[in-house]
Amino acid sequence: MTDPLLQPVRFIDERTAAAPAIKKLLRYPFPDHWSFLLGEIALYAFIVLIVTGVYLALFFDPSTAKTVYHGPYTPLDGASMSVAYKSVVDISFSHQAGLLMRQTHHWAADVFVAAIVMHLMRVFFTGAFRRPRELTWLVGLTILFTALLEGYLGYSLVDDLLSGMGLAIGYGVGLSIPIIGGPVMLALFGAPFPGAPEFWSRMYIAHVFIFPALLATLIGVHLALVAARHHTQFAESPRHSERRIVGLPMFPAQVPRSLALMFFVAGLLFLLGGLVQINPIWQWGPFEPWLGTNGAQPDWYLGWLIGALRLMPSFDVTIGHYTLIPNPFWGGVAFPMVVVGVLAAFPWVERRLTGDRRVHNVADRPRNAPNRTAFGVAFLSWVFLIFVFGAADRIYVLWDLSYNTQLTLFRVAIWVVPAALFLVVRQLSRNLRDADVIEGDREAAMHEAEQRERARVAQAGS
Amino acid sequence: MRPRQWLLALGTLLAGRVLRRRGGASGDAGAGGATGSDGEQVSGTPERRAENVVLVLLGIAILFAAGFVATYAAFSARHIPNELLGICLGMALVFIGGALTVVAKYLVVNEEIEEDYPSEHPEDQREIAQMVRESGGRFTRKRLLIAAGTATGAALGAAAITPVLSLGPIWYTQPLDRTPWRRGVRLVDVDGRPLAASAIEQESFYTAFPEGADPENIGSPIIVIRVDPANLRLPRARATWAPQGILAYSKICTHAGCAVALYRKPTFPVVEPEPEFVCPCHYSTFDPFTGGTVTYGPAGRPLPQLPLMIDASGDLRAAGNFSGRVGPSWWNVREPPV
Amino acid sequence: MRRVSLVVVAVAVASLGGARIAAAQLPNGIVRPTTEPAAPSTQLGAELFAANCASCHGIDGSGISSPRPGASDIEGLGPALRGVGARAADFYLRTGYMPLSSPHKEPSSGRVLFSEKEIESLIAFVAALGKGPGIPHPDPAAGSIAQGLNAFTLHCAGCHQALARGGFVTGARVPPLQGVTATEIAEAVRIGPYLMPRFSTSQISNAELNSIIRYVLSTAHPDNAGGWGIGNLGPIPEGLVTWGIAAPLLIIGTLLVSRRARR
Repeated sequence: MTDPLLQPVRFIDERTAAAPAIKKLLRYPFPDHWSFLLGEIALYAFIVLIVTGVYLALFFDPSTAKTVYHGPYTPLDGASMSVAYKSVVDISFSHQAGLLMRQTHHWAADVFVAAIVMHLMRVFFTGAFRRPRELTWLVGLTILFTALLEGYLGYSLVDDLLSGMGLAIGYGVGLSIPIIGGPVMLALFGAPFPGAPEFWSRMYIAHVFIFPALLATLIGVHLALVAARHHTQFAESPRHSERRIVGLPMFPAQVPRSLALMFFVAGLLFLLGGLVQINPIWQWGPFEPWLGTNGAQPDWYLGWLIGALRLMPSFDVTIGHYTLIPNPFWGGVAFPMVVVGVLAAFPWVERRLTGDRRVHNVADRPRNAPNRTAFGVAFLSWVFLIFVFGAADRIYVLWDLSYNTQLTLFRVAIWVVPAALFLVVRQLSRNLRDADVIEGDREAAMHEAEQRERARVAQAGS
Repeated sequence: MRPRQWLLALGTLLAGRVLRRRGGASGDAGAGGATGSDGEQVSGTPERRAENVVLVLLGIAILFAAGFVATYAAFSARHIPNELLGICLGMALVFIGGALTVVAKYLVVNEEIEEDYPSEHPEDQREIAQMVRESGGRFTRKRLLIAAGTATGAALGAAAITPVLSLGPIWYTQPLDRTPWRRGVRLVDVDGRPLAASAIEQESFYTAFPEGADPENIGSPIIVIRVDPANLRLPRARATWAPQGILAYSKICTHAGCAVALYRKPTFPVVEPEPEFVCPCHYSTFDPFTGGTVTYGPAGRPLPQLPLMIDASGDLRAAGNFSGRVGPSWWNVREPPV
Repeated sequence: MRRVSLVVVAVAVASLGGARIAAAQLPNGIVRPTTEPAAPSTQLGAELFAANCASCHGIDGSGISSPRPGASDIEGLGPALRGVGARAADFYLRTGYMPLSSPHKEPSSGRVLFSEKEIESLIAFVAALGKGPGIPHPDPAAGSIAQGLNAFTLHCAGCHQALARGGFVTGARVPPLQGVTATEIAEAVRIGPYLMPRFSTSQISNAELNSIIRYVLSTAHPDNAGGWGIGNLGPIPEGLVTWGIAAPLLIIGTLLVSRRARR
């Protein structure tokens, strides 16, 4: 009596000898907590990016040659623009699903980075970056910063007024790298801004091939590393320990859950793509280097940089006739490097400061690591306040709070608030942790008293 | 308006699904429940109800997916309602996700499993180290060979990188120094018409370009204004740069390269600030009376000024090149021109 | 204790919200004669001017450049109005920019306290002060939105934002232009009110101005083909949607597919 299910399984195992590996994969345990799924959200957003991106690449023309628009969108009729910009206007108005795909693609990019940030915060505050997962942490950081660059290139390819201004700023920031900035940017752009025509091909190939391949590889390595050492878990019961992992098996329990999440993510992204307008490039108009608009902003994940650039006071560091450190360097290069550096070095710094070199498979509750939690909140608030200042001009327009007042306020607040938060959050964590300990001790004592009482009764009865 | 109504509809649908889930089968249907798919189960069991929910959800997903195709067919590209397309596809996906969630939580066995965390393998580590060490057993000059190998790698790497040099002018940054402006080049507006000095009025501002040059060159665009010459406080070397009080400055901000597209002029100078240029990116502010000095914002370098002259027919022409290099700063930006 | 702080909060919020409007208006309101004639007249304009404007603009509209102690506690400083014509008076009065409670405040549009008859009288008075430009009569229907978008981006977007949503220039707030009339736009472009530069017909012809006006009027209802326009401000609202709508919904999604919703 042959089991009909056996036939395809046998087919595969005969040709690949993969049955032991597949069996292991099917039994792979997933510790069950909603916050462990944040990384998967990023993964599914990435898949949506690939799918919608392929569609867009079938229509986009990365050429800076000039053309005149004559198409269904009448407010741009007769306007001079690059072929790249025109191809995006055509995608938006001359192909039925074009605008949906464009908007879904852009929302997916915003959500991709947001999911990575949420995932990073979960990993940080639960100490899941500790030994033996430091490499996974570093790979994840690389994914994050590659994603920032990839998104920036993506929306700059369109050559609209907003992203063109952003590209000029990127050029200016690149030039500000001490000594080598000029040659490096000239090499990248092929000529001074707006660059040689080949520059658009370079951006295009970087955005549709080089960086997606890099991201896919990094994500693969990241997932392989997680699987190799297995996921961390919370100490929910005595069964959950450093030695034993408890979770739901990949199959049949986790697969439908993860698939469901994938469909939710994809569904939400397409809903946003259909319902909420994003990057309406036909309203901004094409970019020219002599045009500027008030209120120009980068996408949200680069907002921290515009805040830093605007906060800096006016100075270039010069040596005689030479300009060693032009102003944009501080906000555009030094600041992100500090953030990357702190995040990347953190596993080792924490190891050095706490003296804890053990392997950790059990995730911390944030309250049980008061120093780390306090530092994380403080560091996050530093970056976040700089990010908020990036919108100070719109805050002024909306709520009449003087830009100059905000400038002075934020220059102080970005240092004072994190310091205060560090102390406050550390104390709060300690209080919560100690309260838990007291609660735990009390429960243990009650349990012990009950047992003694029961033993006494039993003894009295016998 | 219409998008808000769509969002309301979406919210109602989602809320309905969540509420239906709560009222549906309670607890884990799979825990110790009947296994096997013999189909002989009594209707009304938790598994049966869950299966019905899955079927309904999938059915709705099919309707939405069909709706996507129908919308695509029914409208032309210019008139297709983007919201409808997005709702159809998005909700189809969401309902599939909902069906899978019901499968995961109420139909599939949800028993936890336990296993040891994978640990390191000291035995294998030692064996690997041993294998590598033994592999070098026959080498007599290991260090020399390693050094040679490293040198070869470096040389090959250098060779591989060399074609990158063709990406652009790496070794010299002269292209950054050049602008299309020379003495005698005429100013034209964005449509290519020459700018007459008499056309430049006070309290307004004009964008101009060098005649016959590429307007997209970063050195091309300039801002032209006219002020009362009595208020000028230019450096002495630029005393003749502003005929009749007409000033010209590079329109590219010296901070990060955006166009300096804002001009602020007082209606009532007694209480209002003097005219200044402002860049919309990071609000670097430049004073045209003192030669483009930075009075607010992060720019580290004044805005380069272009000397002007008025030719015989009254048109504005450049009287030379800019006072400094144009655009964001780099290493050589303050070097004196050769 | 709680009640007191609520009051403090309420007063703070109210003062913040009302601050700008209050600044644009005279602290004691408009002063008008007890009996006004039925029809607008230069005479009525003169009386209103004397009561509400002369303390800054001078009794004969010749302006006040250095502060002099006046009858009220308003510090009087203001530009001369000789030769500004009906055009300027019409603009500043109909937008509510004038009267201004203090010469150091930024004029902003607010409630117009003068009646239509009073406005016409004041316009007649100011126009009679010296020969000046009349009220323009633009024709936006004759303009093209495409040309308007092009011209607006070049001349105006730097301060007003590409979709006329307003902005910031060092030292002043640039107002959004939704709800502004065609005549006000035409007047503002030619006058250059407050810190705004002015553009004469040699730079922006009347035909081009019609196109600019048509474009600005269209920004009240931009072509949001992509769905909800979220303010037409660009990436800031987009980021708010990402973190305020998408992120919470996605977290709800993870809660739905996890076994236990609570930690």
